[in-house]
Amino acid sequence: MIGYLLKRAGFGLALLIVMSTITFFLVFSGTERVAANILGDNASDADIAALTTELGIDRPMLVQYGEWMGGALTGDLGRAWTTPGSVTEILARRLPVTLSIVGTAVVVMALVSAVLGITAAVRGGWADRLIQLVSVIGFAIPNFWLGLMLVVLFALNLRLLPATGYVSFSTSPLGWLAAVTLPVTALVLGGIASASQQVRGAVIDALSQDYVRTLRARGVRSASILYRHALRNAMPAALTVLSVQFIALLGGAAIIERVFAIPGLGELTVRSAIVGDVPVLMGVVVAMIIVVILVNMVIDVVNAWVNPKVRLK
Amino acid sequence: MTAPVLLDVRGVNTIFGAHHVLKDVSFTIRPGETVGLVGESGSGKTTIGRAILGIGPVSSGSLMFQGQEIAGLAPRERKGDAARIQAVFQDPYTSLNPSMTIEDILAEPVVARGIQSVSEARARVRELLDAVNLPADAAHRFPREFSGGQRQRVAIARALALQPKLIVCDEPVSALDLSTQARVLDLFVELQERTGVAYLFVSHDLAVVRHISHRVAVMRGGEIVEFGECDQVTARPEHPYTQRLLLAAPVANPARQAERRAAFRALQKA
Amino acid sequence: MSAPANTRERTSFLLSVLSNPMGLIAALILLAMVLVAIFAPLIAPFEPNAVQIFKVNAAPGNGYLLGGDGSGRDIFSRLVYGARNTFLGALVAVTVAGVLGVTGGLFAGYYGKTFDTVSGWIADGLMALPAIIVLLALFQALGSSIYLSMAVFGVMLSPGFFRLTRNLVRGVKHELYIDAARVAGLSDIRIILRHILLVIRAPVVIQVSIVAGIAIVIQAGLEFLGLGDSNVPTWGGMLQDAFANLYVAPKSVYWPGLAISFTVASLVLLANAIRDRMQRGDAAPRAAKLPPAPTSVTAPLPADKDALLQVQDLVVGYPDRAGWKPVVKGVSLTLKRGEIFGLVGESGSGKTQTAFSVLGLLSTGGRVLSGSIRFDGDEITGLSEAQRHALRGKRIAYVPQEPMSNLDPSFKIGFQLVEPMVTVLGISKAEAKARALQLLARVGLPDPERVFRSYPHEISGGMAQRVLIAGAVSCNPDLLIADEPTTALDVTVQMEVLELMRDLQAEFGMSIILVTHNFGVVADMCDTVAVMKDGQIVETASADALFADPQHDYTKMLLGSVLEDPETRSYRAPEESAA
Repeated sequence: MIGYLLKRAGFGLALLIVMSTITFFLVFSGTERVAANILGDNASDADIAALTTELGIDRPMLVQYGEWMGGALTGDLGRAWTTPGSVTEILARRLPVTLSIVGTAVVVMALVSAVLGITAAVRGGWADRLIQLVSVIGFAIPNFWLGLMLVVLFALNLRLLPATGYVSFSTSPLGWLAAVTLPVTALVLGGIASASQQVRGAVIDALSQDYVRTLRARGVRSASILYRHALRNAMPAALTVLSVQFIALLGGAAIIERVFAIPGLGELTVRSAIVGDVPVLMGVVVAMIIVVILVNMVIDVVNAWVNPKVRLK
Repeated sequence: MTAPVLLDVRGVNTIFGAHHVLKDVSFTIRPGETVGLVGESGSGKTTIGRAILGIGPVSSGSLMFQGQEIAGLAPRERKGDAARIQAVFQDPYTSLNPSMTIEDILAEPVVARGIQSVSEARARVRELLDAVNLPADAAHRFPREFSGGQRQRVAIARALALQPKLIVCDEPVSALDLSTQARVLDLFVELQERTGVAYLFVSHDLAVVRHISHRVAVMRGGEIVEFGECDQVTARPEHPYTQRLLLAAPVANPARQAERRAAFRALQKA
Repeated sequence: MSAPANTRERTSFLLSVLSNPMGLIAALILLAMVLVAIFAPLIAPFEPNAVQIFKVNAAPGNGYLLGGDGSGRDIFSRLVYGARNTFLGALVAVTVAGVLGVTGGLFAGYYGKTFDTVSGWIADGLMALPAIIVLLALFQALGSSIYLSMAVFGVMLSPGFFRLTRNLVRGVKHELYIDAARVAGLSDIRIILRHILLVIRAPVVIQVSIVAGIAIVIQAGLEFLGLGDSNVPTWGGMLQDAFANLYVAPKSVYWPGLAISFTVASLVLLANAIRDRMQRGDAAPRAAKLPPAPTSVTAPLPADKDALLQVQDLVVGYPDRAGWKPVVKGVSLTLKRGEIFGLVGESGSGKTQTAFSVLGLLSTGGRVLSGSIRFDGDEITGLSEAQRHALRGKRIAYVPQEPMSNLDPSFKIGFQLVEPMVTVLGISKAEAKARALQLLARVGLPDPERVFRSYPHEISGGMAQRVLIAGAVSCNPDLLIADEPTTALDVTVQMEVLELMRDLQAEFGMSIILVTHNFGVVADMCDTVAVMKDGQIVETASADALFADPQHDYTKMLLGSVLEDPETRSYRAPEESAA
């Protein structure tokens, strides 16, 4: 079990180093226009050259990479080019906002998908048709468009919830709830669409196994067969869905934060991408990879806990 | 002159990682002969069949087919008759590609070898279907439209398409119902008598092997424990394992079965 | 070479997808959208970038069908032109993802080894990051060309195709027909092209449809964030404009969103229609109406005190397109107390369905349509699920055919023995454990403690069948239903398991219904035998009488097919001409 976790952690670390290296070279290869972007249309060639030198992007890539990696290994991701402060500080301020939204969305998605998926698998009939409908709708409506529609409906027409902005949970729990309700709703629909279908499939699959008949023949109660035996066997598939959906939600948050003007990581990424604040973008990528690796490790632990074959390997 | 030995299997070993699956396996097959290969699951009987077919590994030892060394050679790398060794597998439901017509399935081997053109191969399909007692209109239908026994006939027809000297049959009747099984076995015998093809007939069922074989080899744990004339091995075995195997298979006669059970118990205790 | 047959099959496949109303509607919408994209200049009333300054954020009408946008351009014309960009972008992403993923998946699945491992890592790596973040990070490097971004997005999406293809190929690779093709001398390339592509094409088409939908949404998202070329009319860019003018002209957000949603929904529905068509064979069709309640038998047999089970005129059916298809057609049998009753027949004879209806555990959709089953004098066909449940495990037990798949892989064997005993017998866990250990020893397992603590995959098939037998007898049942209990076992293990069942039968005083196709097993075990054919019993007799003097032609034919050769074949080398 420990060996298994160490192996997963090692794989995560390798992934982090390889991915950040590849991203570094891709991202830093597009920096010619950055100084001009930052200074605006009226800047003179001399000013642009001076800024280029100041940012250090006229040096060979390998030198820049060595400097960046050296800093990154000690937790220093450099200074942002277009805003004051170090990248690490900016990320530390922004990441909790995004995680609070994505985390809430994952929990909501997991609960709703589990209920919908299990009901559809056991009941069939209307629940089955509902889930089919949800899956098509959820897949077809882009989350940012749904966000816009929610703003039009709840903020502009009904004036029930704030259209934009963010209040941290520690400042005001109710304010936080009001601020995240619409973004989370916009974000989860797509996740529910896909996850509930897959939960349904996994549960149907588990319930159609031979051992279910045998358990019934032995007099084991239906509730135990469903909640203890079938769900445990459906769990690995459901956890895989959770891992995939978590990554999708992280990406979706980038656009949703823009719609609701939430000062999170996604909004930061969009702004940095447009002006070309490369150190911030690198920082975002590194932070995301770390988050994804940590979440996947948690999922691996749960998976090993429910699935003896993984644990004993 | 017909060579006295068609296939000479000598000292074949196969090792998968830590598993020694075949241990010094040796036997021979003569032209037009059926050699039955009996064993329980994990005995290695399928592995030796796949090695002969060229789709399974050989770690050491020799497979001489008409004087040609074929151990470790894929079917495409073999020459002459050795390249035409064919197979009939156990499960008639997965041994035919569900999305191909019977005609395509039967024409494929000859076309793939460039022996005949597509049109010539198709013309032969009727002949092949006839040989296995299937109607000519089967050619344009798909495998799913046939029963297990009929599918196995198609698989046999496919094996015959290259006019092989040897067919490796891996449990070809064990997925079939009793009455179908008997008819398919009769077909195997009839084809052998007509074409002089030899069979390596792999099965777990001693009665089936006795029905079709001239000589029988018994495998256990990757080794051949007994190899000899069919009647001797299947009726008066010398090796204790073969005796156990023989007595373990229940016979369809309550009185005789009671005796066998008693004998089996005695053997267990011994 | 297989052109005619495959074309025929493909055509009928396409037709049957389109005969599904959802599939047809989706295909028509997509076709319309593509035509609009192609003939955009003919359809759009205005140039997409033509500005009429007095129509900034104008309401619909006045030549602007859906109104004007924030710069005074015609929303409808921009929608029409936007379809072009959308489909081209999706095409780029799908092509890149499909070509990379399918080729990689084919090779990784077919050859395995290093290529499989390395490409698997790459796929894992690509899937570890949200694609949109990567595209944002690369924006400066890629520039504002949405097609370049979509090509990169295609690379990010390729793991979906890769994994799908690899898994399909792995599944197909070990099919016997691939072995047969190799034996026939086909080259690897030919095997991949002929056999493997045939099998994977439908799932890949479904994936294409889904990925195209994802690409359209992501592309719109990028454009919405302002990462597209502002001179090209796009649905995402229109949403960005509408968002900027949200407080002035909120209705402008509807149209581009609807266009995206309709397109993507059509793609999903088309994928679903194809999937439905592929799975049609497996799904149990819904019966048009419920069958009439099981009718009681017109002339019920007198209650027989010696009989533990009396089945009379039993009809069991499954729904199909035409209504209810009977699989058991009027079976009657009487099982005496302490008797071993053999139910013998070939596949599809209805023997297993008869046994399952006594257990009350027919497969999904199956029902007792008429007839009577009396257990220990009481009618059990009309019982509620709860009443039925009370009988199972306690009075009627079951031993299945396939030992490994009948143990829950996620629970230890001990738990799987203890749980039913606690439920059925109402004893404590400790008592149940003690009893379970006794039983494991009783069924001949050498180390009961170890087996108790093991997971199913840690023991052999023969051991698993002993565990299942221990479980079946754990609550002292009156009737044991054994469905081909030794078919999956080696013959020497079969002998030991049969021996065990006979001993337990004597010890517990149970009756056994033994479902089998093997007349040797019948001769070994059974007191009475019923021979089934096509849902009916053709002959019932004592085992001795049946083997000595079979009455029915079918029984005679079956017994005649049993191989018992007094003589063996004698070898003679083939003639020169035949060789």
